[in-house]
Amino acid sequence: MAEGILVILEHNGEKVSRLSLEAVTAAQKMGAELGQPVFAAVFGKDTSALAAQMGDKKLDKLYTIDDPALENYTPDGYLTAGSALISSVSPAWVLFGHSYQVRDFAPLLAARSGSTMLTDCISYRNEGGKLVFTRQMFGGKFNADYSFNGDGPYFVSFQAGSFNSDELESGSVTAEAFSADFSSAEIRTTVLDIFQGVKQEVDLSAAEIIVSAGRGLKEKDNLELVQQLADALGGEVAASRPVCDDGWLPVDRQIGSSGQTVAPKLYLAVGISGAIQHVVGMKGAKYIVAINKDPHAPIFEIADVAVVADLFEVVPELTKAVQEVRG
Amino acid sequence: MKIAILLKQVPVKDATLKIDGNGTWIDESDLQFEINESDHFGLEEALRLKEKHGGEVVVVTMGPERVREAIKQALAKGADRAIYINDSEVSTPDPQVHARILAAALKDEGFDLILSGLQSDDYGYGQTGVLVAAELGMAHATLVMETDVQDGKIKVKRELESGWFQYVELPLPAVLTIQSGLNQIRYATIKGIMAAKRKEIREVSPTELGIDAAELQGGAFALEKVYVPQKTKETAVLEGDAKEIVSALVDKLKNEAKVL
Ligand SMILES: Cc1cc2nc3c(=O)[nH]c(=O)nc-3n(C[C@H](O)[C@H](O)[C@H](O)COP(=O)(O)OP(=O)(O)OC[C@H]3O[C@@H](n4cnc5c(N)ncnc54)[C@H](O)[C@@H]3O)c2cc1C
Ligand SMILES: Nc1ncnc2c1ncn2[C@@H]1O[C@H](COP(=O)(O)O)[C@@H](O)[C@H]1O
Repeated sequence: MAEGILVILEHNGEKVSRLSLEAVTAAQKMGAELGQPVFAAVFGKDTSALAAQMGDKKLDKLYTIDDPALENYTPDGYLTAGSALISSVSPAWVLFGHSYQVRDFAPLLAARSGSTMLTDCISYRNEGGKLVFTRQMFGGKFNADYSFNGDGPYFVSFQAGSFNSDELESGSVTAEAFSADFSSAEIRTTVLDIFQGVKQEVDLSAAEIIVSAGRGLKEKDNLELVQQLADALGGEVAASRPVCDDGWLPVDRQIGSSGQTVAPKLYLAVGISGAIQHVVGMKGAKYIVAINKDPHAPIFEIADVAVVADLFEVVPELTKAVQEVRG
Repeated sequence: MKIAILLKQVPVKDATLKIDGNGTWIDESDLQFEINESDHFGLEEALRLKEKHGGEVVVVTMGPERVREAIKQALAKGADRAIYINDSEVSTPDPQVHARILAAALKDEGFDLILSGLQSDDYGYGQTGVLVAAELGMAHATLVMETDVQDGKIKVKRELESGWFQYVELPLPAVLTIQSGLNQIRYATIKGIMAAKRKEIREVSPTELGIDAAELQGGAFALEKVYVPQKTKETAVLEGDAKEIVSALVDKLKNEAKVL
């Protein structure tokens, strides 16, 4: 009988990621509700420091797989380790934080187990023993409820911030070494080089006021509107990813999961829809104003002020008014 | 070099979406559609690789009849032919089943490279490309930002989190999932649009591809309900006349945000 909730942890060799700890928090909550034990697993060349970090968490089991083949993360390496562990432990649930690495290998692991991962969930609820998971669709415009069919194992990944790792329950667990057979496993990916992208020239994290441009500006020349408003307010200009992808602004002005994280006093989003990958970079702002012509734009869900209007009408008007106030 | 691009059609970014009568999908009437964003970048990368190394670019698309429009656009930009999978038999939201269907259409073609987008703008699973790789037993790389085909292998730059990147090498044939922004997308020319009219679009159904009919309705999970998310924050809504909006907003910037 499949039993237990297994979390496969991600790490940088020294520390387990916060996203993984959030997944453990989710597993502890689910475990308490479903009356199931909670397991965690960590893969690497030498996992002793990681096992020590997890030693004071409330876990029923902590598995470590140490192998030279796991020195660098590769999808084949993690697939071999993960599927060996899953066939031996036979968990009912396998949980992850929805990170880039998890996107890369976890779907393979689910497929190998005859299942499919439900990715990027933001919450779950228990309907009389049946768990219903919520995830966003259509770029955050809608939520969708999903439930699993069949016997599992059920694979789920949770979006960053869905659970709070401060709520992690403490306990004590001793790591149990598990060995996977890598002799016949072919690692097809060769990792050549890991490096940091271009050095950030502007540090937006210090800015008190940020006016941020989205694709709603339509073309590069219109960025001028946002620049003028930022100048009037004495703030910095930033942007969503497509604006930087198209070369309208340099990447170091990009806000979001693959850009900078900011928490200014005022974040004014102009023509930005509010996809989660953008929102994670700015939701900590003290005051959020969004200008968008779509009344259902997801950015409005986190805004203090929702300006439902055409930005080409409102922005020049606002610049003028701010200039008047500030003299 | 024989390259496939998995290309999906989704509602245009600006569309105001409504939920359908069943509450399980969106109301598709009166909607405009476009090529999924990361697939668009994938198509461009496929065309550039063909220009550099020679060969063929084949568009593979599953969806209702409307997706022929996206296929035509891709052919007009320079793709050589297309395989269109009519999805009228498919009701499961399970991307594993979708991947199995796509893989069945790909498997006998002998592609050197299969490109997909990183993530669809409707379901947003972010895994169909990886599942196609699993199904075909090919190596894969996700979040690809740069490609460099070498003898029998490919070197790619992958985006990692927090501003980090990675170069990895994999043997061909391989599947790559393309991250938006890796190239500049071209426009179709008039000549391209004319030429596209003569290009082959082969239509198949999942059952013709040998997929079991029961699977098309089953899958590992069910999509129960689509709905507008509940607001968690109190939001003041300003709308109407631009001058009135601005005066109310300036007031808030002074008294609430305290930045003026
Ligand atoms: C792995 C991954 C990482 C990512 N990282 C990032 C990241 O770091 N940062 C980031 O921003 N994105 C990131 N993205 C992309 C993200 O998912 C969205 O695609 C992106 O944020 C959308 O940008 P946008 O809001 O400017 O454009 P759109 O979503 O196209 O929104 C444009 C908005 O403008 C509005 N609009 C149009 N015309 C007007 C008008 N005249 N007046 C008023 N409003 C108007 C529209 O209603 C719409 O809401 C990432 C995606 C993935 C998959
Ligand atoms: N119905 C489809 N037809 C063609 N390609 C698809 C289809 N569904 C998904 N894909 C491809 O898989 C990628 C990831 O989709 P998803 O897993 O839904 O986020 C997309 O960007 C497409 O390249």
